[in-house]
Amino acid sequence: MVPLSYYLVLSGILFACGVTGFLIKRNIITIFMSIELMLNGVNLSFVAFAAHWHVLAGQIFVFFVMVVAAAEAAVGLAIIIAVYRTRETLNVDQVNLLKL
Amino acid sequence: MLSVHLILFLAFGAVCVAGAVNLLVQRHPINSALSLIAVMAALAGEYLLLGAEFVAALQVIVYAGAIMVLFVFVIMLLNAGVEERTQGSRVAIIIGIPGMLIGSVLVAWVVLRHSGTGEVAVGALPGPPKTIGDMLFHEFLLPFEITSILILVAIMGAVVLASKPPSSPAEGPTQKVKD
Amino acid sequence: MPIWIYIVATVIKSAIVLLVLLTAVAYTVWLERKVVGHMQNRWGPTRVGPFGLLQPAADGIKFLFKEDLTPPHVYKPLFLAAPLIAVIFALTSIAVIPFGNAITLFGYSFPLQITDVNIGLLVILGVTSIGVYGVALAGWSSNNKYSLLGGLRASAQMVSYEISLGLSLVGVLILSGSFSLREIVDVQGGTFLGFIPRWNIFLQPVAFFCYLMAAYAETNRIPFDLPEAETELVAGYHTEYSAMKFAMFFMAEYANMITVASLATLLFLGGWHGPIFGPPILQALLPVFWFGAKVFAFLFLYIWVRGTLPRFRYDQLMAFGWKFLLPLALANLIVTAIVVVVK
Repeated sequence: MVPLSYYLVLSGILFACGVTGFLIKRNIITIFMSIELMLNGVNLSFVAFAAHWHVLAGQIFVFFVMVVAAAEAAVGLAIIIAVYRTRETLNVDQVNLLKL
Repeated sequence: MLSVHLILFLAFGAVCVAGAVNLLVQRHPINSALSLIAVMAALAGEYLLLGAEFVAALQVIVYAGAIMVLFVFVIMLLNAGVEERTQGSRVAIIIGIPGMLIGSVLVAWVVLRHSGTGEVAVGALPGPPKTIGDMLFHEFLLPFEITSILILVAIMGAVVLASKPPSSPAEGPTQKVKD
Repeated sequence: MPIWIYIVATVIKSAIVLLVLLTAVAYTVWLERKVVGHMQNRWGPTRVGPFGLLQPAADGIKFLFKEDLTPPHVYKPLFLAAPLIAVIFALTSIAVIPFGNAITLFGYSFPLQITDVNIGLLVILGVTSIGVYGVALAGWSSNNKYSLLGGLRASAQMVSYEISLGLSLVGVLILSGSFSLREIVDVQGGTFLGFIPRWNIFLQPVAFFCYLMAAYAETNRIPFDLPEAETELVAGYHTEYSAMKFAMFFMAEYANMITVASLATLLFLGGWHGPIFGPPILQALLPVFWFGAKVFAFLFLYIWVRGTLPRFRYDQLMAFGWKFLLPLALANLIVTAIVVVVK
């Protein structure tokens, strides 16, 4: 038996790492990966709560989160490619002009 | 007492946290991507411990096997190099890392303090694919259909964004989308 | 069954399966060289042993004694990890494949399978989808333009064809109603009209076609072997690899072929079902024999295709996958679903 709170703490740590990565990273791809990390942390608490309350809907929610993450990854990476094509950089600090 | 369940939980959890921290420490995006894959695989292990076998399989197939392949593909395609440190990133590190530590400790303290004694047994809620499918196509039919439209829009958006402007000759496959 | 018997049995089963798999990998290479040789009016290996049967051993020794070169400008950690990733995940997926009914020894029943999980098919899909990283990282870490192109092609190709592969399997899943490979095989027992075996290939021919095409692309074999197209990319993603590291990619490729062949046997060709006759000991061994024979037939088809077809162009490959195979698999899925609902 593992207390539910352990799962929540793990999920919180993953989420905090994701937020930090989002803040301190300057490579746009890594920033994007930090967002995925946050989503993963949230998914863990969904599954843990589902197991705790015996409600399967929590697992279904993870399914939806994954679908949204997949759609987001596809569009986001396409945007990254488009940005790289025009600016030739992946550093977010250098992508600071609305117009070239 | 250390039960097998707790040991497994701690082992997978340690891999998760180590991977997440490594994602922050590494400066080359491909190393960050690989540590994120390790986090996802370890999370699949946690899901298995919770009995969510279908979610665990999806986690590996969709997250580690498709979304992260896309990331690695883009890193390879753009030949992303080592991240440069700038003024902004130094400020972010000074504020961000203590912020993360404070945030994690706060969350851990609040959760551990106020969560009561709720415990989760190993395989507490089995999520067999059949039941999940039933729920998905009955109770959650509308959200399911909406996400399928979302995926369709995302496919078209990705193709439009990543394809070359019409002036230059078309070349190679455009960004592929996988759900 | 006491836990220690279970553990000992699992260890023995793993050892036997791994041994058989590695031997099968070695002799698939021999078979390929021999068959393609005969197709091209040559003899293939003949020097080492009768019919060149010891050639795999000689090759293995040669791989061991070759100099293990690491080129100077590679990204070392990933360069070393990539072949390991490829071979480990290629060998892992065999763990959930059943190759016969349970046998009874000393009063205990042992299923002929290393581990029986109820989402076996998903495990195989997951493990093979992780295997892509071996190829992609090998291409990237080699710091060589041919390797990079090979790795890029491999990852795009495998992600694209994985969708068709998955969709072609869904038709079979609808018919059997389970992810467990054992149950999928059990559904295929018996016959139609008394003489046609009740295999899924007769119920799902279109799905089998999609699976066949997608499987060839997933394992990077001719006609879809673009990631290592030697006429344009030297050797693709493994250009910079030598000695055992190269042998690991080689083993991974053939182990993947065997996994794909086993999966085709289980899902479409009725698994270990076949005529059973003779004394009890023969009755116990015949299912395994039928399973092996079907896998062998599928591997032979692989080699036959390699000896027959030219390589696709890259844009043709992508167009085939996205514009033909994917719609075909979707249409097959819809028709199957409608037929099952109406019936």
